[in-house]
Order: sequence, then structure tokens, then C-alpha cells
Amino acid sequence: MAQIVDARGLSCPQPVLITMEEIKKTGKGQIEVLVDTDTSKENVSRAATSQGWQVQNVAEEGSGYRIVIKKDA
Amino acid sequence: MGQMKNIFATRWGIISVGAFIGVFAALLQKMGNPGNMGICVACMERDIAGALGLHRAAVVQYMRPEIIGFVLGSLIAAYLFKEFHPRAGSAPIVRFILGAFAMIGALVFLGCPWRALLRFSAGDGNAIFGLLGLIGGIWVGTLFLKGGYNLGRSTTTHTSVGWLLPLTMFGFLVLMLIFPQVKDQGQSGVLFYSVKGPGSQHAPLLVSLVIGLAVGFLAQRSRFCTMGAFRDLLLFRQTHLLLGLLGLVVFAFITNLILGQFNPGFAKQPIAHTMSLWNFGGMVLAGLAFALAGGCPGRQLFLAGEGDGDAAVFVLGMIVGAGFSHNFGLASSPDGVGSHGIAAVIIGLLVCLFIGFTMRKKIAQGGE
Repeated sequence: MAQIVDARGLSCPQPVLITMEEIKKTGKGQIEVLVDTDTSKENVSRAATSQGWQVQNVAEEGSGYRIVIKKDA
Repeated sequence: MGQMKNIFATRWGIISVGAFIGVFAALLQKMGNPGNMGICVACMERDIAGALGLHRAAVVQYMRPEIIGFVLGSLIAAYLFKEFHPRAGSAPIVRFILGAFAMIGALVFLGCPWRALLRFSAGDGNAIFGLLGLIGGIWVGTLFLKGGYNLGRSTTTHTSVGWLLPLTMFGFLVLMLIFPQVKDQGQSGVLFYSVKGPGSQHAPLLVSLVIGLAVGFLAQRSRFCTMGAFRDLLLFRQTHLLLGLLGLVVFAFITNLILGQFNPGFAKQPIAHTMSLWNFGGMVLAGLAFALAGGCPGRQLFLAGEGDGDAAVFVLGMIVGAGFSHNFGLASSPDGVGSHGIAAVIIGLLVCLFIGFTMRKKIAQGGE
């Protein structure tokens, strides 16, 4: 069961901040991040990559995106 | 669309946009804008407040088309790339107050972060204190962010909400065309026009507007933000936005050298004073207010253009703050700080601290 981070409606830098918190808490595995702007989508993806996580999928959902990031072991 | 790669959001994309802004800001100065003020979001919004008569400082009244272009350029980019997203409702009154005090702080220094960079790239040493203050203020902001400070969520809303600030800017442009500047006259219809001083210095309307539109378009695509540049470095050790800022400084410096606009020194710099402590202090206030509001004054205009009604409220706060600045004697002049400028900086810092300390409620996690 993937952790879900709901960053919809939050302005910079909150989406990245709460994603980073979840990354630190989880350590590895899969996290799904919900965002509602393209800026947040880019920022969250960039931040996850910088932490050694992979952006596995970005799907449009409602008026925003569901970003799936993953880190194995 | 979402899956399409946004080339402006890449490393070279943001550097190019910074370079574009640096070059054209220096050129705007060459074409008539005031010294080291090719682009200054705070000064230009202050001039707009003057043009509307919200303050009566006769030397800083002009409806700056660059600002109008920034918002409308961003709107065009947002629609072309399907990123227009009307949203509002994230602590608008807080954003208004932060906007007002950001403007008050910026006018004690005499420039927004963009102008601080442009002043620096033209050799104005006083800008170094302003930039240090800016970084200091943003650093305090990051401490609040780490402590859980947030403005709460916005919600998606009616398209018309996102259109209101762009329409206001369009209305300002129409006013300029109905009541055009008349040589040596301080007023044309409802609009004020400076006859002397910085407000009287400007590039031709069409040039200002077109460059403004281009900057607005590119900045929307690249998410260019001068506050975010330092915030992301301090908070996440990320240098993405900082590269854009460096692009601006380097290319403005080169263009200034070529145009003969580089004059190193501290004394007698254009529209600047040498009171280092208050160059620093004014920008601590502005930097903190920008950090708490989530964007530099330019970024707030671009966000407003892509439908962010809360950023629009910040912009209006800045314009009203400019009114207070000049009506209350808070703004500096080349002679030094205004009669009540220091008191205003201290009050502004206290207000920002109050906001920072009290808005720390945990964000409700939505989940599913």
C-alpha cells in the first residue's frame, strides 16, 4: 500500500516540503503525490530525483496530477 | 500538456530566461527607463500606484506597461500550454498584508530583488547590502517553513476569478490609451504622469509592453523566481532557480558593460542611497514577506496571470503598500531613508513574525 501525499492546493514550497518529509519518513518503497499545478509536478519530480527516488509514473487526475515515485531498497 | 517536456523548466531553460531578462532589462534602461531600473517590479508597481493617484509623489507616477505585460504574457503562456488554473482561498488577507509590507521594505532599499540584482550588475555596491538583507529575510522565512508555517490550501474556482487581475491590468492599458501622456503635463484624464524624476523616464509604451509580454511568457514557462532561488538553496540545497538568477546577473552585467551602463561604486548611484544598515534592513523585511508569501514580486505577477487569485491579492497589497509608503513618508530617496521608514521596517518585521509564528497549523492530509 503506497503512502499518499496530498499537496493539492498548496503553494510553493509546501508540495516539495511535505514530499521530502514523507521520503525521509518512509526511506524506501512507493509514494504517491497528488498535486494540482504543473509547477508542483515539476518541483516534486525534481526533488524526488535529487533524493535518489525514481519518478515511475505521472498521470493526469482531475485538474492535476498523481505522481508515483519509488525507491527500491 | 502534462506529459510534454517543458524545455524552459530544464537547467538551460531557466538560465536562458534569466539571461533574457538580464539583457532586456539593461536595454530597457538604454531605451529610457530610469537608472538601474530597466525592470523593477516594486518600483514599477509603485509608479502604477502613483499613476492611479493612490499616492501623490509627483516624481514616481507612470502606468508601467512592463507590469501589465508580465501578467498578460503569463496569461497567454498559461492558456497556450493548458496551465491556466483558477484557484483562490489560501489566506488572502495574509497575502495582502505581506504584499503591502514587502513593498514598504523594498522601497526602503529602493528596489525589489530584480532591481537589487540589476543594481549589483551595474556596479552599485549598495545593492550588496540589499541582497544580503534579502537572503537574511528569506533565511528567517525558511526557519518558519521548517517549523510548519503554511498559508493553507487554495481551492479550484471559477475561471473568472483567475481572470480578474489580468482584466484589471488590461483595463490599466486601456486607460493609458484613452488618457495618453501629454508632454509637460502632470495629468491626463484620470491618470497621473510624472513630468520629472524617475516616473518621467520610460521606454516607448509599445517597447515596454512587448518586452513585458515576452518576459511574462518566458517566466511563466520557466517558473523564474528570485526569492525561490535563495529559498530552495537554503531549504533543499537545490540550485535550479538560482541558475536563472545567476543568468540574469551575468547577462545584465555583460549588457551593461557593452552599453556603458556599468559604474562601480557606492556614492551617487542612480536612485539609491548609501545607508547600508537600512538597505539591508529594508530587504530583510521584503525577503521575509516574499518567503512567507511563496514568491518574489515578479513570480506573484506570473502566478496571478495563470489564475492564482491569492497571488493577485499579494499584487494588490503591494500596490496599496506603495500608496502607504509615499503618503506616510516611509519610502527612501537618494538622500536616505524616509522620515518614518525605519519605524515601518520594524513594525513590518513584527507583523511578519506574528504571521510566521501563528500560522503553523498542520496541513490536514487528504489521502484517500
